[in-house]
Amino acid sequence: MLDGDGAPGAEARQKAMNLLVRYGEALGAERLVDTNNVTGTAGSSSTFIRDYYAKDGDGDRDRLFSRFDLDSDEAADHIPVARTFTCHLQTRIDPAHAEMMGTPSGAVEFHQESQAHSASLGVNLLNTCTPYANGNVPVKGEHCAWMESSAVVYCNSVLGARTNTEGRESTAAAMMTGKIPYWGFHLAENRFGQHRIQVEVEMESVMDWGMLGYFTGAAVEEDIPVLTGIEAPASLIRHKHFGAAAASSGGVELYHVAGQTPEADTEAQAFGPNKPALDLNFGPDERRRTYDTINGNAHSDDVDYIMLGCPHYTIEQIWEAARLLDGKRVHENSALWIFTARQVKDVADRNGYTKTIEDAGGVILTDTCSAMSAAVPKGTRVAATDSAKQTHYLPAITGVEAWFGSTQDCVEAAITGKWKGEAP
Amino acid sequence: MSNATIILKGRGIVEGVAEGEALVTSETISGWGGIDSMTGTVVETRHELVGQSFKDKVLVFPGAKGSSGWSAAFHTARLAGTAPKAVIFNQMTTKVALGVVVMRKPTVTELDQDPLQVIETGDWVKVDGDTGTVEITKAAARD
Repeated sequence: MLDGDGAPGAEARQKAMNLLVRYGEALGAERLVDTNNVTGTAGSSSTFIRDYYAKDGDGDRDRLFSRFDLDSDEAADHIPVARTFTCHLQTRIDPAHAEMMGTPSGAVEFHQESQAHSASLGVNLLNTCTPYANGNVPVKGEHCAWMESSAVVYCNSVLGARTNTEGRESTAAAMMTGKIPYWGFHLAENRFGQHRIQVEVEMESVMDWGMLGYFTGAAVEEDIPVLTGIEAPASLIRHKHFGAAAASSGGVELYHVAGQTPEADTEAQAFGPNKPALDLNFGPDERRRTYDTINGNAHSDDVDYIMLGCPHYTIEQIWEAARLLDGKRVHENSALWIFTARQVKDVADRNGYTKTIEDAGGVILTDTCSAMSAAVPKGTRVAATDSAKQTHYLPAITGVEAWFGSTQDCVEAAITGKWKGEAP
Repeated sequence: MSNATIILKGRGIVEGVAEGEALVTSETISGWGGIDSMTGTVVETRHELVGQSFKDKVLVFPGAKGSSGWSAAFHTARLAGTAPKAVIFNQMTTKVALGVVVMRKPTVTELDQDPLQVIETGDWVKVDGDTGTVEITKAAARD
């Protein structure tokens, strides 16, 4: 493929292979491995990127994809259909709520063209950070090329599939070639635990798992932690919030929960030949300090905006939000936005959850989130969310204060306009 | 070579040669959500470099963390003209590898001494991505 084989689309595949080779050599990978499962943002672009390449006469869709997504010096004239099963992650725009989110109309139009181009390349428009909850569920041992840090850590840790944290350009190249560098988490010997975190508090809620995740990421950075001492079973939602937090405060891409996750039937199996380098405890003091750190930027208890759905809410979480909001009213000084995948919203519509939430004054949005779109309700100074990850990113991206608490704390704040969340 | 010049040897992973003033941090850097690509500024609120720009500097840091948008954020910085002149880092990950490959600035890693110990912000640093060599002139010796 690196020399081009004359087949249709060969030029683009050659450019993709050139990028994979440069990338693989930088990593020190010895070879590439076959993959048939890619999640990325192929075909999406920003008006800034379009305008930049338009100066070279490369503003059209295929040429943009070649120059930016495949990082090629010269544009390929034609981008062929994907060789692999490829899904689109979350985007920057919810076309159904563009006006509410303050999205410029030109950006919506450009986004719709981007989506049409992605679809024409065979990219499945899941438009979610939670592909694993929306029909792309890799199996144990499957080699994947995923991006989105919260999805990567779920894919590796909870499903036992194998992916590194890929990026926009490497997933585009993987989609063109069906290859990705055989490095890092693709190799069994790199998947053993490196540090032990002995959990000494009960893990009873999504919030508990979010705090543990934030603590873990800060403690181990990009290394592999093994969590021990957790007796209560986790769940898709708890893992989702744990992994997203650990991948935000640090760079955790794989963790093991002894006795629970697929490569950790026992603590010994999780560590394999490794001895824990760090041996840490997560007790009440650590949990309290973590809560204070996550909430370190929030001061005012007048909450303007409650953001739920980071990572995108599952149908189970929408159901919970609908039950908490049933018959209630969102406070006149506050706004409640709940983000999910479009196919989850479809079920919420059918089940009447959307109506319950809208009757209460909340809104269900899809395809994006506040951090991705850099959009919060007009005039927001103080936000609240049940996601440690979103609390981490939102102040940096939008300049707001952000509270972190339980889903109940957040819904309560939406109804009263006041933050009453308490430290554990 | 004066006494004030220090040479480190490592592995060049992005070709080319560039030199400039060092910006050093002991903290890993987030790309998407951690930097503003349009200004080349670190925006992560709890980062020791918050508010500082790496534009035209030699960025010396332990490695990448956070979102998988790392490469696209630094790729966009290159387009916006805000990228560092050269890059030196310690901890190899897919995020940082892909990011420096598409940023296309001379990059060296796996150095024979810890660059975070040897290089200080303000030192003059020449990065040779072809040979994997880093040449440091301490700020104190530059005047």
